[in-house]
Amino acid sequence: MIQIRWHGRGGQGAITAAKIFATAAFKSGYTGVVMAPTFGTERRGAPVFTSLKLAKEKIYDISPIETPDIVVVLDHLLLTEADVTGGLKERGLMVLNTPKPLDSYDFGVERLAVADATSLAVEAGLPRGVVNSGVIGILCRAFDIVPFERVLGEIEAEFKTKRPQANAQSARLAYERTVVNGSPTVADADDAGAIAGRLGADLVAVVRDPGSAVSGSG
Amino acid sequence: MHVIENGNVAAALGVKLAGVQVIAAYPITPQTPLTEKLSEFIEAGEMKAEYIPVESEHSALAACIAASSTGARAFTATSANGLLYMHEQVHWAAGARLPIVMCVVNRAVGAPWNIWNDHQDSISQRDTGWIQMYACDHQQIIDSVLKAFAIAETVSIPVMVCYDGYLLSHTYMPFEVPEEKQVKRFLRPFKPHYALDPQNPANLNTVTLPDVRMDVEGEMAHGYMEFRYLLQEDLRQTLTIAQEIEDRFTQIFGRGGNALLEPHRCNDADYIVVGLGSLTYQLRDVVETLRSEGLKVGVLGIRMYRPFPDEAAVEVLRRARGVFVIEKALSYGYEGALSSDIKAALYGCRGDGADAAGGLPGDRTDVTQRGGPCVDGPFVRGLIAGIGGRDIRTADLTDTLRTAITGALDDPGWIGLKI
Repeated sequence: MIQIRWHGRGGQGAITAAKIFATAAFKSGYTGVVMAPTFGTERRGAPVFTSLKLAKEKIYDISPIETPDIVVVLDHLLLTEADVTGGLKERGLMVLNTPKPLDSYDFGVERLAVADATSLAVEAGLPRGVVNSGVIGILCRAFDIVPFERVLGEIEAEFKTKRPQANAQSARLAYERTVVNGSPTVADADDAGAIAGRLGADLVAVVRDPGSAVSGSG
Repeated sequence: MHVIENGNVAAALGVKLAGVQVIAAYPITPQTPLTEKLSEFIEAGEMKAEYIPVESEHSALAACIAASSTGARAFTATSANGLLYMHEQVHWAAGARLPIVMCVVNRAVGAPWNIWNDHQDSISQRDTGWIQMYACDHQQIIDSVLKAFAIAETVSIPVMVCYDGYLLSHTYMPFEVPEEKQVKRFLRPFKPHYALDPQNPANLNTVTLPDVRMDVEGEMAHGYMEFRYLLQEDLRQTLTIAQEIEDRFTQIFGRGGNALLEPHRCNDADYIVVGLGSLTYQLRDVVETLRSEGLKVGVLGIRMYRPFPDEAAVEVLRRARGVFVIEKALSYGYEGALSSDIKAALYGCRGDGADAAGGLPGDRTDVTQRGGPCVDGPFVRGLIAGIGGRDIRTADLTDTLRTAITGALDDPGWIGLKI
């Protein structure tokens, strides 16, 4: 099972982002999908998080994630407000929307992927502050289990009445300009599950050549 | 078509597919998004129904009672204190034999104020004469709404479709939305035995005397007790009818199977955990863990809680050594209501030991005999969990059950209690 925890602020669209990624994963064979938001205390602007579990089989346990494989942070200012790394596995992946360069951070995890999704969203033609589509781009670059074109299709479908093209472009720009460190593993996206099984690991982050990923980060 | 949506949307899609004609509801967390979605469907013209925005839950069910009395397919939904506020009308709807369907998005009741999940709200309505179904996932929510109307309109008894607040109502998971064409095959238009008609005015459910009496046409009319006896008889009969409807559903949609119970790995189980709702699915992973340690455990989800499927439950449980009932509600001052129900059902059962001995003392050879002592049947232990939305950690469930099986569990058996 792959466990992803999404941190954002109330109203920032973390649930929508998780839902888009989950839908694309579901259509790519991850028939087990459970996405649980923090319950009951959502307030606009306050730190919130959403748990997403993905598996090839139906998931029966809907209890919250305690030890995520991946943490996605929609707003780098949350790093001081919420315990975003809580329970994150050592071999895990941190996905962060930040204007700061990669080497400003040390989360003590194996992999880190960053891009300035906030600025890139504006470049894509979105109003300032719309970051959720961009963050999906960062995640897809660092964790390649779903064809990115399919994810873009889901973004356009989800935002069909709210600038679908600009949202897809925002994700595309973030995908292209994501900087990833950590150990690159494999590039065969279709086989991520099989590889995870062979390595006996819960997760294999499929990272493309990190050298080529470094391009024009903010 | 598969969609990934939350449980409230699953319920709303079921209501839309069921061709509900009148909806009256008052918003309350965590039910609110369900009623919002329904009003969106109607506003967008996707659903042809009258939405009556009322000023209270009491009025919501009163409006549904009126609508159903005129022969309309009626729906409402609520949670917690909203359900309690309509309590008088809850009894009335069952007594009046109106096939209303209500979603109860399970939430703790105040005081103290709490908006999170437990089962105290619907369990406290168990004696009202309604049928109660509990869903474990979104597929069961949407399917249960359709089955609920079919059952309600067949037996003329209202149905509550209960599902866990937040845990299901606000959690997203994939489910299949049934085809409209298939739904039309499964759920025929509502044709009431009797409907109010302005051209032919009548009083319904006026004062009914303790004894039977001649009516104006010279026929013997029921007294109150006869009406109530028939409600009880028809509820007991519903156990059979619900299964027939389930079979028809399975034939058309290829899903489902057991209207009353959902046993998982119970056939060879020494210990069986019993519960309601999403908890019983979470317990499946616990079962796997404990089985990997050599403990033969199974889980039994009760899908229909009222009428209570006592005989079917006993058939699953009687050969086990022990039964653990985990509940998110209490009959305060005694124990969890489901624990009492399970114990009562097992009273008079014949357990594995009796089977092995090849007979029973006193020439009793029947499988179950009501009113008699339990012969070598399982012990029953009640456990309380998740009150007021307290996280039910899978690891805690596993630890508690492991300890309980080895007999080392101290009272009071509240899982996750920090006192």
